[in-house]
Amino acid sequence: MDLGTFLIQCLNALQYGLLLFLVASGLTLIFGIMGVINLAHGSFYMIGAYMAYALAPWVTTTLGGGFFTTLLLGLVLAVLLGYVLEWLFFSYLYEREHLQQVLMTYGLILVFEELRSILVGDDVHGVSAPDWLSGTIALGSLMTYPVYRLFISAVCLLVALAMYLVLSRTRLGMAVRAGSVNREMAQSLGVNIGVLYRVVFAAGVALAVLAGMIAAPVSSVYPGMGGQVLIICFVVVVIGGIGSVRGAFVAALLVGFVDTFGKVFFQEAAGVLVYLMMAAILLWKPEGLFRQG
Amino acid sequence: MNVIRTVLIAAAVLGAPLATAQTAPKLKVGLMLPASGTYAALGTAIENGFKLYVAEHGGKLAGREIEFAQVDDESDPAKATDNVNKLIKRDSVDVLVGSVHSGVAMAMAKVARDTGTPLIVPNAGAAAVTGSMCAPNIFRSSFSNWQPGYAMGEVMALKGYKSVVTITWKYAAGDESVGGFKDAFEKGGGKVIKELSLAFPDVEFQALLTEIAAAKPDAVYTFFAGGGAVKFVKDYAAAGLKKSTPLYGAGFLTDGTLEAQGADAEGLLTTLHYADDLGTPRDNAFRLAYAKAYQIQPDVYAVQGYDAAQMLAAGLTAVKGDLSKKAEFNAAIEKAKIDSPRGAFTLSRSHNPVQDIYLRKVVGKQNKLVGLASRALADPGLGCRM
Repeated sequence: MDLGTFLIQCLNALQYGLLLFLVASGLTLIFGIMGVINLAHGSFYMIGAYMAYALAPWVTTTLGGGFFTTLLLGLVLAVLLGYVLEWLFFSYLYEREHLQQVLMTYGLILVFEELRSILVGDDVHGVSAPDWLSGTIALGSLMTYPVYRLFISAVCLLVALAMYLVLSRTRLGMAVRAGSVNREMAQSLGVNIGVLYRVVFAAGVALAVLAGMIAAPVSSVYPGMGGQVLIICFVVVVIGGIGSVRGAFVAALLVGFVDTFGKVFFQEAAGVLVYLMMAAILLWKPEGLFRQG
Repeated sequence: MNVIRTVLIAAAVLGAPLATAQTAPKLKVGLMLPASGTYAALGTAIENGFKLYVAEHGGKLAGREIEFAQVDDESDPAKATDNVNKLIKRDSVDVLVGSVHSGVAMAMAKVARDTGTPLIVPNAGAAAVTGSMCAPNIFRSSFSNWQPGYAMGEVMALKGYKSVVTITWKYAAGDESVGGFKDAFEKGGGKVIKELSLAFPDVEFQALLTEIAAAKPDAVYTFFAGGGAVKFVKDYAAAGLKKSTPLYGAGFLTDGTLEAQGADAEGLLTTLHYADDLGTPRDNAFRLAYAKAYQIQPDVYAVQGYDAAQMLAAGLTAVKGDLSKKAEFNAAIEKAKIDSPRGAFTLSRSHNPVQDIYLRKVVGKQNKLVGLASRALADPGLGCRM
């Protein structure tokens, strides 16, 4: 492998890692900070992707269009969905065992998949990137790189930065961290945990939907797409250390590099390399890389 | 539960004399197809095709009225054995038809071998179904993964390509398709310089696309289907490879996916046993009847379902509807010439269609016929002993 190819592979790895972080970021909040095992996270991602597919034509005809208008509308719907779901279902789960959380969120997966099948059908759909992002840039003489992928990376970095600032520098973030360490104590100090969790959950759903909407033009939209991202999201959160946004960020990049170079150098074992790495890291640090508290 | 079972047994006991009182009892066909999940659309097309043929013959094949028992196999191999047994034991079907997913079809083939129930596979292309798992009562109306791959190998060798990189998912269908391609392409004087693969159903292709760009082959051969096919074709174009390195594939790359692939699929050449515009009187009649019955255009899966019914009819006619004459029934299907919309075909010794494979080109939203890629191509049926 010459230097040019190596650098392009590094770019591939970085870009994939950042996308993984964006997809896993919502799970970091819900699973990492609230402690709820949310198997339906992949479904929220899928809902986002289908929103990008279904909302765009409607936005174009009624609101005059715009990529960001569609994104914004999707996010508003996502926050509403998250808020309602937390109120109806998840708020009863915090004190329950993990097994019950798994059961209920698995049920939600089935419901969302069936709704998807009824509303949109089982076909594969493509979503086009906005015109001003659909160009490509040349990487040497070897190949070209879609501008949209670089845009995704930029969005991921922004989301990472925003999450970091909100969680570490604001009152809200402090309350969230306090609530994740000790619910009762935070409550007795005047934090309204019920409302706080509802907001955090809605934010987690919104992040998953955002990831789905942003990723739709490169991933395309198809049945069962949520299941695929769910597993890798859990890998990222577990490697990073439960409750750590920084950990999830580092873990996502690590997975990106191991996956990319695994495919290049160890093709036969590429499918299992990421899981081998997870096993090795958990042997070395059973709590993950950046476990907090 | 026990109450229900008792009622069912009672019903069965009471129903039995009624059934024998009729002149020719209904023939029960067990359709085991996906009605949910990724392959639901394929399952529906196969079912539609099968039922269209039966309906065209007044709901009867060889004088016996056809009745259906259906199970959604969810494309889940883990549930497959239970599902087949449900059809055989609970519904006591006379014939099995299924399925799309190769893993499910293998489980069906195993049960069919053990029980002797006739099985017609209307899609799953795994080599083993008409290879190591073959049996006198197991037939396939579709294709083997090897066939489109082999035909494309011949086409690309003739085009004068010398070096090719292959890329697919690391699972049976991908391996068999690439294997067929390699057989023909290297026989024709070309060389596969690199075989790339990734775990099913991983769709993060970027690293491997960079490998393709670095290897600078004359062309690329690929096997992907469904969502993966859409993403691969789009990523391939976005990486600028479509312009520098022509992409070829087994037909599934562009079947049922063209709407999603858009302009990125335009001009791609693929091989399959069907095209959207064969233009033969037989195909035109079929397409018209199908569109009339279901208000949508048929696809290759609908053809495979239709032909599964034709194969069943051929066997039944030979024994005048009497399925107890197993040997004659099997021999009749084996010798039959099936008048398929894809063009007439016969069956190989291992019961896979010996069929023409077409070269198609994506034009607009259609896989248009370019010409014949391979005439009367027979799967080698390796490992089949009957």
